[in-house]
Amino acid sequence: MSRGLFTAHIRKALGSFTLDVQIEAIAGVTAIIGASGAGKTSALRAMAGLITPDDGHIAYGDIVYFDAAKRTNMPVEMRRMGYVFQEALLFPHMRVIDNLDFGSKRHGGVDEAQRKELIDLLALEPLLMRYPRHLSGGEAQRVAIARALLSNPQILLLDEPMASLDPARRREILPHLEAMTERLHLPVILVSHNIDEVTRLADRVIVFDRGTVFAQGEVAEVLNRLDVQQLIHGESGDADIGTIIDTKITGHDDSDHITQVEFPGGTLTIGQMDRPVDSEVRLRLRARDIAIATEKPTGLSIQNMLKGHIAQIDETDKGQMIIGLRLDGHPEQGLLQAVITQRAAKTLSLKTDQTVWALIKSVSIVN
Amino acid sequence: MLTPLSAGESEALWLSLKIGVIGTLLSLPPGMVIAWALARKTFPGKFLLDLIVHLPLVLPPVVTGYLLLLTFGRRGLLGGWLDSIGFTLAFNWKGAALASAIMGFPLLVRALRLSWEALDARLETAARTLGATPVDVFFNVTLPLIMPGLLTGALLAFARALGEFGATITFVANIPGETQTLPIALYSALQSPSGETAALRLLMLSVLLAVGALALSEWLTRRQQHRNEKSPS
Repeated sequence: MSRGLFTAHIRKALGSFTLDVQIEAIAGVTAIIGASGAGKTSALRAMAGLITPDDGHIAYGDIVYFDAAKRTNMPVEMRRMGYVFQEALLFPHMRVIDNLDFGSKRHGGVDEAQRKELIDLLALEPLLMRYPRHLSGGEAQRVAIARALLSNPQILLLDEPMASLDPARRREILPHLEAMTERLHLPVILVSHNIDEVTRLADRVIVFDRGTVFAQGEVAEVLNRLDVQQLIHGESGDADIGTIIDTKITGHDDSDHITQVEFPGGTLTIGQMDRPVDSEVRLRLRARDIAIATEKPTGLSIQNMLKGHIAQIDETDKGQMIIGLRLDGHPEQGLLQAVITQRAAKTLSLKTDQTVWALIKSVSIVN
Repeated sequence: MLTPLSAGESEALWLSLKIGVIGTLLSLPPGMVIAWALARKTFPGKFLLDLIVHLPLVLPPVVTGYLLLLTFGRRGLLGGWLDSIGFTLAFNWKGAALASAIMGFPLLVRALRLSWEALDARLETAARTLGATPVDVFFNVTLPLIMPGLLTGALLAFARALGEFGATITFVANIPGETQTLPIALYSALQSPSGETAALRLLMLSVLLAVGALALSEWLTRRQQHRNEKSPS
């Protein structure tokens, strides 16, 4: 049951800067990313009604939550927005089961079948009779996510739901979150500064920079932009620059334990995946794992090679060059970024429009 | 000596309990509001409020009693007006209840404030996002979580009320059956030449009452701990 478009225009003075954003979300996961202090959480809190914008308009289909001009400001408890905080914030005096049903007792919640499905999906059955103090961080966060969903929200707001968890707990939660967001037919707004989390979970992404929207659109399209990556990773983060590509499995080779995938820019070989042919696979190629050759090399252990031409050369201040390649056969896709040393670029005398081969040393599978 | 209570003794006991319970119950609503404001809010005059609340703890009780007399006596600032609408506090048990409420107030507010400060306000926010109105949040999230502080504070205030002497005798005097609580009755007995046996009996009664209050407090604390520590089933 989708009500269409969720729109939020929020303007709010926040100490050192003013949050002024206009964002849109549809059913599916929309991620908000940006440096800490960019106003991500404030935007989410304004949507939920926890802070009141100075000006703006927040609506979902025909439901208006906030309208500064008409002085509409729906109270928090009427908005029916599920909110998952950085910490689980379970009610310590209630068992897990009573925490889960807190929202549904007030809002009328989801039906029994959905409730059971969600409890199974998040593997909560064995925890139901426990008190929150006897849960691990990951378990508590799973309960918090289920608690928000069982109140049958029209919109789900996730405020860095995994920020307080260690990497092992994150790996435990992520598949649950992924499975769940795929089944929901409601707008999910995820605030995060973890790029892996975003590329794995989100369909669309909005980039915040000091209270304004810097970029917004499809995940791969936005996150492959060099300016966006530099903004997200900051000055020191050239090592984290990379390119997301969406591919499709064309075949498996059981004897060599490999899987072949293709995308308009070429074909790649990755470690064997347990998925049928034609499944979609999202990959991320890190810029520092890509080497450049001016001629097609032979006698190399590297299996993955893509042909293209140089569209852009950016110098960083640490003796490194970021080379943006436009892949042959994939002109509309964003550039494939490679990081090489300044010295290498000079030796090869790289210049724009030159035809080169990108040698891909490793590929990480996003999902 | 261990005969049943005399009429005078049971009167003093009953009066002490009545004044203690009513004084404590009366101080709960303002105590909660003030503890909440002190724990959660910043406002001009917060320091002053904190100071005034704590005054009865440090002032000599006689001073507090005299201040009450100046304020709530028949010719007092508020007393005259209260008297004109038929509500007299001076020299009756209601005045004694007010005196013990004020003497116990700092203890109540302190305990409540501590548990309010220890309560994560974000739990209340989470409850709002799950559809609970502010009143609903107060009764189902806030109140159960500050309950240990509330019980501790109320029992302390009650115990303080039972022992109240100086402010009470100054404000509402020593009137048997009206304002003569256990400690005041004990004091009166000591003043009379033949009152030694009566004084001893009242002493034992006071000790029994104190032990009873302590046992109740201990039981409540343990029950609370037990509730919070229920193991996974």
